[in-house]
Amino acid sequence: MSEFTQSNPSPVRASLPRKRRAASAFRTPKEAKHYWILLVTLLLLGLLSTYGLLVYNNPVPVTSPSFVPVVERRMVAIVAMLIAAVCQSLATVSFQSITNNRIITPSLLGFEALYSTIHTSTIFFLGAAAFVNFSGVDSFLYQVAAMVLMCLILYGWLLSGKYGNLQILLLIGIIMGTGLGSVSAFMRRLLAPSEFDLLQTRLFASVNNADAAYFPIAIPIVVVVAFLLLAHARRLNLLAMGKEVSTSLGSRHKAGVIYTLVLVSILMAISTALVGPLTFYGFLVATLTYQAAQTYDHRYVFPMAFAIAFVIITGAYFIMNHVFHAQGVVSIIIELVGGILFLIVVLRRGSL
Amino acid sequence: MIQIENVKKSYTDEVAIGPLNIEIPKAGLTSLIGPNGAGKSTTLLMIGRLLDLDAGQITVANMDIATSKSKDLAKILTILRQENHFVTRLTVRQLAGFGRFPYSKGRLTQADEDIISKYIDFLDLTALENRYLDELSGGQRQRAYVAMVLCQETEYVLLDEPLNNLDVARSVQMMEHLKYAATEFGRTILTVLHDINFAAKYSDRICAMKHGQIAAFGTVEEIMKPDILTDIFETKIEILQGPYGPIAVY
Repeated sequence: MSEFTQSNPSPVRASLPRKRRAASAFRTPKEAKHYWILLVTLLLLGLLSTYGLLVYNNPVPVTSPSFVPVVERRMVAIVAMLIAAVCQSLATVSFQSITNNRIITPSLLGFEALYSTIHTSTIFFLGAAAFVNFSGVDSFLYQVAAMVLMCLILYGWLLSGKYGNLQILLLIGIIMGTGLGSVSAFMRRLLAPSEFDLLQTRLFASVNNADAAYFPIAIPIVVVVAFLLLAHARRLNLLAMGKEVSTSLGSRHKAGVIYTLVLVSILMAISTALVGPLTFYGFLVATLTYQAAQTYDHRYVFPMAFAIAFVIITGAYFIMNHVFHAQGVVSIIIELVGGILFLIVVLRRGSL
Repeated sequence: MIQIENVKKSYTDEVAIGPLNIEIPKAGLTSLIGPNGAGKSTTLLMIGRLLDLDAGQITVANMDIATSKSKDLAKILTILRQENHFVTRLTVRQLAGFGRFPYSKGRLTQADEDIISKYIDFLDLTALENRYLDELSGGQRQRAYVAMVLCQETEYVLLDEPLNNLDVARSVQMMEHLKYAATEFGRTILTVLHDINFAAKYSDRICAMKHGQIAAFGTVEEIMKPDILTDIFETKIEILQGPYGPIAVY
């Protein structure tokens, strides 16, 4: 036995004098510095394009008394972008972490399909007049409530059951989304062309759909939920390790997942009800964030995701308004420019 | 002590495990062996609260695993499976740091860092501690996860096939580490092993399972008998006395 006992693992060595060892969120101070520089640069870029959106190409001179109203009108769109950026970035990153999957987005849970079904059935059953009227604070709240309620029923039912797991939840979400999508596509076929036109403008995501009247409700909710997610970041780090590891480390995994999904559904519902479906946007933001933030830690991933989301959406609007002269739909620009950017980043890195 | 009383788990009418009754004493390394589908992993998962029981009761250090709080159990008991989903952009040291979560809730103190350093050094991961997990080989990653589990500093450590995908040298190294952790750190380690000879060489006790039942439980000498092993694995197995104890030949 002797020669084997000698090959025993070396007893714990007295720690040698060397650089301080710590399991911090970044591997090296250099990477941490890199992160902060990138974050600040992105935030500045975001501010720059915000400034550009507010004052660039303003038809009236600064001295004119109508300058301020023009900026105020543009402010509404900026606030909507800010809300969409917070909602989509935090929701997608959290969702991908709890599902341990980086190629899906929370829109798979059927939010966007439900949104288009709500609007299509309004114009289909109640007519164009009701559809135009269906745009107050009440309708906003109804939409958010309907989307959150659908998710709560879905999660509550699927995740609490004996065989409940996320894979089945996603599958049901996709099937429901496709089903609702088909129903609303069918109803759209039967619409008169003029009604269809009215509907289509609302189904394309646009910050111009946003009504400043929604802000007093939407902003506090988004701020509270975003704060809850940030406070939840350390738990999320653990949940991202998967069910078995996080359970073994003393986390109530299922409770953590349901809590996160509720917060995600609120954010997604608000974003969708405010500006419409932005399918690819969250996914793009999350993927770019993982490349930009060299850490697993959500306390750092969240701010980076927000910064990237804000730059993308303000940048896309700036390009649309001033390069294409508003002759387009912003989601198309996000998908075109973002998709190319995404391919470049992923192909250069060779990994997700 | 791990006490298992009348525990049952049924998957279908034909495939059922139990009723199991066994007391695994404190300290030392206990191996669970048996043919595929005997219920070894299921038993381990049930003790580790990753799988619900259909009937019966399991207590670990007098705590009922079904009713105790998960965060309290995390200071007493840890379980590691063979396949783990790994997070990208997570280094070995950060992974080991997760082992301190039951104590620090994600805010590592200097005491935590010292504990992490201790086990990283112990598992010879010092040079690799700032590597991302996806930059490691399977064996290194396995050791990183074991480091995490040891950092948890629980009295009971459950490991599901820790030698899976490891070559002979890595397997020997892993078992040496586990044996050392059991004797020097005073851990009670319960592990599922497929290789009878590894179980014989490093275990203090062996628990053999067959058809969802415990077929035999005892010291290495008590279990490493040709008639017992032949019966359990339904294959002719002979025992030779080797330089480090009994060796099974099949």
